[in-house]
Amino acid sequence: MDTQVTKKKLGLKERYKLLTRDLGWETTFHTKDEVYPYVKYEGIKINDWDKWEDPFRLTMDAYWKYQAEKERKFYAIIDAHAQNNGHLNLTDARYLTAIKMFLQAISPGEYAASKGFARMGREFGGVGTQVACQMQALDEIRHAQTQIHAISNYNKYYNGFHAFSDSRDRIWYTSVPRSFFDDAMSAGPFEFMIAIGFSFEYVLTNLLFVPFMSGAAFNGDMATVTFGFSAQSDEARHMTLGLECIKFMLEQDPGNLPIVQRWIDKWFWRGMRILSLVGAMMDYMLPKRVMSWKEAFDIYGVENGGALFNDLARYGIKPPKGWDVAAGAIEHMSHQLFLGLYQWSFGTAFHGWIPSDDDMEWLSAKYPTTFDKYYRPRWEHIKKLEAEGTPFKNYGLAKLCQTCQLPTVFTEPGDPTMMCHRETEYKGEKYHFCSDGCQEIFEHEPEKYLQAWLPMPALFSELNGDIGAWMDWVGLKNGVDNGDYVGSQDQINFDKWRGMATSNKQS
Amino acid sequence: MAVTSLKEYIGVPRDTVANFNGKQLVYVSWDHHLLFAAPFLLCIPPQMTFREMVEGPLTALTQPDPDAKNIDWSKVEWMKSNQAWVPNFGASLADNGIGHKDQIRMRTPNLNSLRAAA
Repeated sequence: MDTQVTKKKLGLKERYKLLTRDLGWETTFHTKDEVYPYVKYEGIKINDWDKWEDPFRLTMDAYWKYQAEKERKFYAIIDAHAQNNGHLNLTDARYLTAIKMFLQAISPGEYAASKGFARMGREFGGVGTQVACQMQALDEIRHAQTQIHAISNYNKYYNGFHAFSDSRDRIWYTSVPRSFFDDAMSAGPFEFMIAIGFSFEYVLTNLLFVPFMSGAAFNGDMATVTFGFSAQSDEARHMTLGLECIKFMLEQDPGNLPIVQRWIDKWFWRGMRILSLVGAMMDYMLPKRVMSWKEAFDIYGVENGGALFNDLARYGIKPPKGWDVAAGAIEHMSHQLFLGLYQWSFGTAFHGWIPSDDDMEWLSAKYPTTFDKYYRPRWEHIKKLEAEGTPFKNYGLAKLCQTCQLPTVFTEPGDPTMMCHRETEYKGEKYHFCSDGCQEIFEHEPEKYLQAWLPMPALFSELNGDIGAWMDWVGLKNGVDNGDYVGSQDQINFDKWRGMATSNKQS
Repeated sequence: MAVTSLKEYIGVPRDTVANFNGKQLVYVSWDHHLLFAAPFLLCIPPQMTFREMVEGPLTALTQPDPDAKNIDWSKVEWMKSNQAWVPNFGASLADNGIGHKDQIRMRTPNLNSLRAAA
């Protein structure tokens, strides 16, 4: 065998070129259209795939090296967290409601993203794209795994963590992010890239991860901080890939602009609906708060998003259509959703509670024009019901939005006293929505969304309204995982163990 | 095209009335009464009279609101699919034209205890 010892060592750029360009062979047995059957039907026109440069040119060996180093650090900290009783260093076990929601709703999204990017790595025609998507698929599965590992330590001590994969598939609030990812994964490759690569990673990640990780740090949850940091360096790469993709589409053909704009409008709106869960977390679930949802939106949404859309204006891209409506609802959405999570807490695999007097003071300081006016009177009344021995539970269940699948908790734009009612009829069947944004998404592709599996109607169509059977099916232990935090096993155990850890109190 | 797809694609709706074992879904909400975070979802038979719906599930579900005990049901203003509408309390839901997944709204103009503080 000839060894080419005399050859000069290759530079990174050349190595990357050799790594990828061989993937781009000219096919002879089948046409390109047969090999890549999904790249044209969405209407996006690509004239030259080679123009999509992979901005990182990371080779596989370098990728493994970086990720292995991060894994070593990550697991060292996770081990230390477990050995040092990290679960007792939390500000309060109420905090774990946010982490339960994260594990049930968001971590499975990372896994869905992994499947999606693996598929995109096969479906896209360009070699740079194929490699970048493949690496992102690996990143995403790593994120799902590190999150599950980090959070699993809490499962030894607290309730609500044990059935997260069943929750993901079956419980009602998780259908919000699940349907987001299902929608993206059943779209074509370019729409998937806008949905996940651009809207989710670029526009929304800062609003999801930064508040979650700083919330974790503020509340003593080192496990979550660690997986956040471990994922953060990947996120920078993902954001760049998403932005490269959008610029590539817009530069390839002027006919792509209206399609891309419609996807941006759609996925911004779907993303904002998921973020209502984050808003409720920031404003209500963290015992020690970092900043309000409104403050986070002003920084990461208005400032960063504004700069991004200014940058894209030269391609003819306008800010998302629902932007003003979303911005107008910022002072209401977290309050409207948490009120729902509280009254339906018999059906959540996490605890709800009535905000304390201190919490309400904080909320009225952060939302001076809305909290006292609209939301405090409701909580004061709920407190009264609780004091009278008739705690408020809403057994009416809820109307769900056909598109985002959230309960239709949101109010009319411009009138926070009036619930938003939207409906349409398609082929003789009625469909309901939480907003104009969700209705427009449905009306553009009704044959897609009419198939939505809506968990609350399904309780009646599949289980005849039997709540006990439903709880068994979703993995929810009644009286243990659900209901009010006050008096829960989680509260009792946390207080007891913490007392033993910090004083001479015996159990 | 009603969905972006490679070829013609017809979806199958999941929530048709045939799947509800002889019952149907009815959504009911009470305007300006946002203690209830979303419209109620009721799964009830179409033969039920409007009065039975009001005196049964609707009365029970609205109980936590401080205005509930003061509702004069003969004065409630109703809407169906967001249009003003007058129900016949003695007739069945079906005879009232309340179909599967219809949204009924009730308004009680002078009863708004928990509405925004002025």
